[in-house]
Amino acid sequence: MIYFIIRRLIMTVFLLLLVSLITFAIFFLVPRLAGQTTYQLAAQYVGRNPIPSEIKAVEVKLGLNAPLYLQYGRYIKGIVAGIHYNNGPDVSYCPFPCFGYSFRNQQPVWPQLISDAPVTLSIAAGAAVLWLIGGVSIGVLSALRRGSFFDRLSMGVALAGVSLPVFFTGLIALELFSYKWPIFPNVHYVGITTDPLLWARNLVLPWITLAFLYAALYARLTRAGMLETMGEDYIRTARAKGLAERKVVVKHGLRAALTPIVTIFGLDLGLLLGGAILTETTFSFPGLGQFTILAIQNQDLPEIMGVVMIASFFVVIANMIVDILYAVVDPRVRF
Amino acid sequence: MAPLLEVSDLRIHFQTDDGLVRAVDGVSFALERGRTLGIVGESGSGKSVTSMGIMGLHEGTKARITGQIRLDGEDLVNASPARVRELRGSKMAMIFQDPLSSLHPYYTVGAQIIEAYRVHNKVSKQVARKHAIDLLGRVGIPTPETRVDDYAHQFSGGMRQRAMIAMALSCDPELLIADEPTTALDVTVQAQILDLISDLQSELGSAVIIITHDLGVVAELSDDILVMYAGRVAEYGSAADIFGRPDHPYTWGLLSSMPRLDQDRTTRLVPIPGTPPSLIRVPSGCPFHPRCRYTELVGGRRCETEVPPLREAVTPGHTAACHLTADQRTRQWAELPASRLADDAQAPEAEDPEAREPV
Repeated sequence: MIYFIIRRLIMTVFLLLLVSLITFAIFFLVPRLAGQTTYQLAAQYVGRNPIPSEIKAVEVKLGLNAPLYLQYGRYIKGIVAGIHYNNGPDVSYCPFPCFGYSFRNQQPVWPQLISDAPVTLSIAAGAAVLWLIGGVSIGVLSALRRGSFFDRLSMGVALAGVSLPVFFTGLIALELFSYKWPIFPNVHYVGITTDPLLWARNLVLPWITLAFLYAALYARLTRAGMLETMGEDYIRTARAKGLAERKVVVKHGLRAALTPIVTIFGLDLGLLLGGAILTETTFSFPGLGQFTILAIQNQDLPEIMGVVMIASFFVVIANMIVDILYAVVDPRVRF
Repeated sequence: MAPLLEVSDLRIHFQTDDGLVRAVDGVSFALERGRTLGIVGESGSGKSVTSMGIMGLHEGTKARITGQIRLDGEDLVNASPARVRELRGSKMAMIFQDPLSSLHPYYTVGAQIIEAYRVHNKVSKQVARKHAIDLLGRVGIPTPETRVDDYAHQFSGGMRQRAMIAMALSCDPELLIADEPTTALDVTVQAQILDLISDLQSELGSAVIIITHDLGVVAELSDDILVMYAGRVAEYGSAADIFGRPDHPYTWGLLSSMPRLDQDRTTRLVPIPGTPPSLIRVPSGCPFHPRCRYTELVGGRRCETEVPPLREAVTPGHTAACHLTADQRTRQWAELPASRLADDAQAPEAEDPEAREPV
């Protein structure tokens, strides 16, 4: 098990390196191959009506005129060990982990990522708890009462849930519960350390909106899994022992049906931690998702690189945790 | 003393989209403590459904069950599901065909036995664990104190079935139902499992029902045999009678289609023509008539129109549902090659003191 984790961690490093290489290539190499000159690239970050000497200066300052492999090398070195930036007259030190400076506002990327991450974490974690509990219980009840009114109703709602995008349900929720009936007025992000109650109150709508989408998916998954496991021979054995039906369903049925759910849950959560883009944008929460949108709009390459790296880090780590959990959940899996 | 298990006129029907499935249609038998009943039949003859009905495992399905099942005098058909659940696992227990899929993959074998014991006995986990280890040892699992913490996939096929047996025996059931207990196992292991069942039976004095399509299995273990066809009883009698002097053409067919070591290798096995009938459209009259060679002997269209009652033909206590007369049956059976083998097999048994008793 220990060896497995170590192996996976080493793999993770290589995977992240690969991700960084590909991302770097997409944003730095591909435009250049398509004919963009570093002068043109630098021109984007100078402001309106620039004079060529300013552009030249920016080109040098951002290090865009260096060979690409050197730029990439400096980027990785910054992440791993921190790096000195030569700003002309003065030299600034960007400490580990350095994701470079924003081309737009000249701020280091990493502190921005760190300050935005709690917002995303708040949204994702709360919604995850909601959708896991909601989705799994609805799925189990649906499976046990297959074909009943409850089953049809919940599966109908679930179908709506997976089909309706967050920016639709989110806006409806805002309109109804924030403006028409102001149960949650003035929804905006407040840090949990500032005011925990307000933090929770303002997050209820984003949680429900995001959870609705995922709960729908999980309800369908759980239902399918339960229908399958409840037909297994070991369920018959459990009944033949004289176990109460509730115990048969939860301890024997759900236990087995939950394995694939755990897998998908880990991946979904990892993906969301990289930025709940739609939810954050809909509710104007300043999380990683909104950071991403702004970074792309501004063509702020270091910011884009940084957010991609963070997001892929979460996904890769989530993958690893899922794999380890798998061995805990299913004793037949051994490493 | 009244028999431990009395089943009379048991009917289990399922309403499906295609029509009413008469899985079990008027089955009766009785079983005393310490005795073994073999229920034999092809797939879909209703033998497994019968056992599910006794255990009350049809609950939750759309089964409609009528007739009587009396366990130690207590009617199970009309008992509350809670009461049947109480009896399940404690007074009656069951082992199943495929021990790998019948054991939960995510719990240790020990945990599953402990669970079975603790459902019906209010004891601590430690006590239950000791009991589980003791049971595993009794069913012949080596070093049970370490194997108790293993998972089903770490056991071999035979060991899994031993573990299933240990689980079934955890509460000392008076009735043990074994549904095809050896079908999924290697031939060499089959014999071991059958020996184990019969050893434990004589030790515990429980009644055993063995459900199988394998005549070899029932021959080895059973005191009585119930031959089922299309949800009904074709023939019911002692094992000696069924093997020595079968009275139903279907049983003849089964015996003729069974390969035997003592048979001349040039003798061809005789299959029963046709396929088992659909339980939704059971043939009129005798359900076996479309596959029977002897309908002409009965004459007229009786086999097609009249359901033969289950009645004693020659020996007392041995009943068969067939329109053939006793003479016809004696003559037809004697002409079959399988009958000579049955006679040969009977001959050495005559040395057996038990077999000599009735003389």
